[in-house]
Amino acid sequence: MNIHEYQGKELLRKYGVSVPRGYVAFTPKEAVEAAKELGSAVTVVKAQIHAGGRGKAGGVKIAKSLDEVRTYAKELLGKTLVTHQTGPEGKEIKRLLIEEGCDIKKEYYVGLVLDRATSRITLMASEEGGTEIEEVAEATPEKIFRETIDPVVGLTAFQARRIAFNINIPKELVNKAVRFMLGLYKMFVEKDCSIAEINPLVTTGDGNVMALDAKLNFDANALYRQKDVMEFRDLDEEDSKEIEASKYDLSYISLDGNIGCMVNGAGLAMATMDIIKHYGGDPANFLDVGGGATAEKVTEAFKIILSDENVKGIFVNIFGGIMKCDIIAEGVVEAAKQVGLKVPLVVRLEGTNVELGKKILNESDLDIVAAGTMADGAQKIVELVG
Amino acid sequence: MSVFIDKNTKVLVQGITGSTALFHTKQMLEYGTQIVAGVTPGKGGSEVEGVPVFNTVEEAVKATGANVSVIYVPAPFAADAILECVDAELDMAICITEHIPVVDMVKVKRYMEGKKTRLVGPNCPGVITPDECKIGIMPGYIHTKGHVGVVSRSGTLTYEAVHQLSQEGIGQSTAVGIGGDPVNGTNFIDTLEAFNNDPDTEAVIMIGEIGGTAEEEAAEWVKANMTKPVVGFIGGATAPPGKRMGHAGAIISGGKGTAEEKIRIMNECGIAVAETPSVMGETLIKVLKEKGLYDKCKTH
Repeated sequence: MNIHEYQGKELLRKYGVSVPRGYVAFTPKEAVEAAKELGSAVTVVKAQIHAGGRGKAGGVKIAKSLDEVRTYAKELLGKTLVTHQTGPEGKEIKRLLIEEGCDIKKEYYVGLVLDRATSRITLMASEEGGTEIEEVAEATPEKIFRETIDPVVGLTAFQARRIAFNINIPKELVNKAVRFMLGLYKMFVEKDCSIAEINPLVTTGDGNVMALDAKLNFDANALYRQKDVMEFRDLDEEDSKEIEASKYDLSYISLDGNIGCMVNGAGLAMATMDIIKHYGGDPANFLDVGGGATAEKVTEAFKIILSDENVKGIFVNIFGGIMKCDIIAEGVVEAAKQVGLKVPLVVRLEGTNVELGKKILNESDLDIVAAGTMADGAQKIVELVG
Repeated sequence: MSVFIDKNTKVLVQGITGSTALFHTKQMLEYGTQIVAGVTPGKGGSEVEGVPVFNTVEEAVKATGANVSVIYVPAPFAADAILECVDAELDMAICITEHIPVVDMVKVKRYMEGKKTRLVGPNCPGVITPDECKIGIMPGYIHTKGHVGVVSRSGTLTYEAVHQLSQEGIGQSTAVGIGGDPVNGTNFIDTLEAFNNDPDTEAVIMIGEIGGTAEEEAAEWVKANMTKPVVGFIGGATAPPGKRMGHAGAIISGGKGTAEEKIRIMNECGIAVAETPSVMGETLIKVLKEKGLYDKCKTH
């Protein structure tokens, strides 16, 4: 789960990680009030959307007066910002972060991520702040330093110190940088982050070490124990069908095509998309109904697919294991009864309780095209959709 | 022969009184798996499907000699369930549970270092040695005994591969689901090594998906060490970057972990990769014929 920069900074502050003073604003009036409260010579007006590259796209403005704050706030709020991460449709700006400007001496990069190869959290840092870490890794890999963290003791002071010296933090600021990194790690594990990227981390003219930006991402599997993080969720930033699916613990991702897919298991769901594409079709979604789905959940899943106006046909591809075929069949029949089925439906069932599932589908009066294999099903649905 | 489990494996089921565990305990018993114990804290002394239930893994092991545990415990408690197996020095813990927080698994992996127990999973379908022992949630009837090893990050794609093999008359030695999480126990290389050392396995199907670099590392290992042919499939060629495709580990981030890159490296290392998930079986058969192994692997 993603959160906004201002929310991330709020969390960082709680863990003793320095961030510039700032307030969120939803209107130009609130923006001006926030700037007044800050009373700084320079105020930064930052668009808050769940995407990187906001600065380059014109979503960050430097204001030297309250009038300028008002002008920029009016300009940004309601505007659609297109960055390299939003896709061409962009994202509407609904919130601003009004922040005190600071006297930047130098920019650095600090990030915590899971390293899958070692199964450990890794601290990464570079003195090439402000640019994407992937670009640094590409161009000057020798400028990236890493520390692998043992979960028993956590990030140690000596590791943080080694990183600070390696990325050439001025020695009088090393202790502050160490406190910064230790706080960041503490937050990462206590709040179940999956990514915590500070880019840039800056040293300032008045001798401070601060997070000028913060990209925090949270482990969806741990949200059950992170109630305060859940409160940061901004539904405006998410796809409406994905929100609906998440209410039923369905794993759903909207795509651009016109063939709706209902599959059990993430691997098979991905492979189903792949094979539809292979036969010249275009999937409208990724949907893994999961293992523990009830007939009710399957019904909701089917309704979500049908609510997509682009969907011109549906392919149900089930290989029952923990998921039973009869549950899928019941859900499909129930959903079709509730909302009506106006597009072609191809069903391929195999695995646990397959005979029972086929029986339920046969006894319904639904117009279903049965498929023997997934290739057969994919070809049939691609043909039917045309 | 087989890898990891066989007819002598004595299984204990953690979380046996939950509805999913109950359903699959019945299925495993019907398949012929020796389920000797169940564990649900607070339900010790009772019996489920004729299987005695204990309060702790330690007690269950002492009383029954169980050597492998299968875990159906809900995600918030599953990491602890794995630790309990490690503490009881079981040979293997197979964790079916999905949605375990990553931070918990990082600790589990650290705790397991230097310990005896092998972990399979989490977020996996389990392990099956056809006609001998089925541990997990896979549908038993699709499997047939034979000489092809199967290893996969995805449950349902494993079933797909096994089904294709069985329909073509190619039996399996063991099918191992290693799970779709970014932090897991047994990996591709561990399983490939076991298959390589198993005299009864003649070839292997390895099924991967987008995210991470486990397939690339496994491919390099195959090139350097494997004496038996390996074919593969990678799911998620059409997945958009930056999106988590159901499995916590299936995500392309920072341009890394794409299907294209994995397939390229696998091909470079001599692994034939199936073009679609429908031809995993076909691809293997083609390789078996090329290597003169088809007759040996044609079991029915």
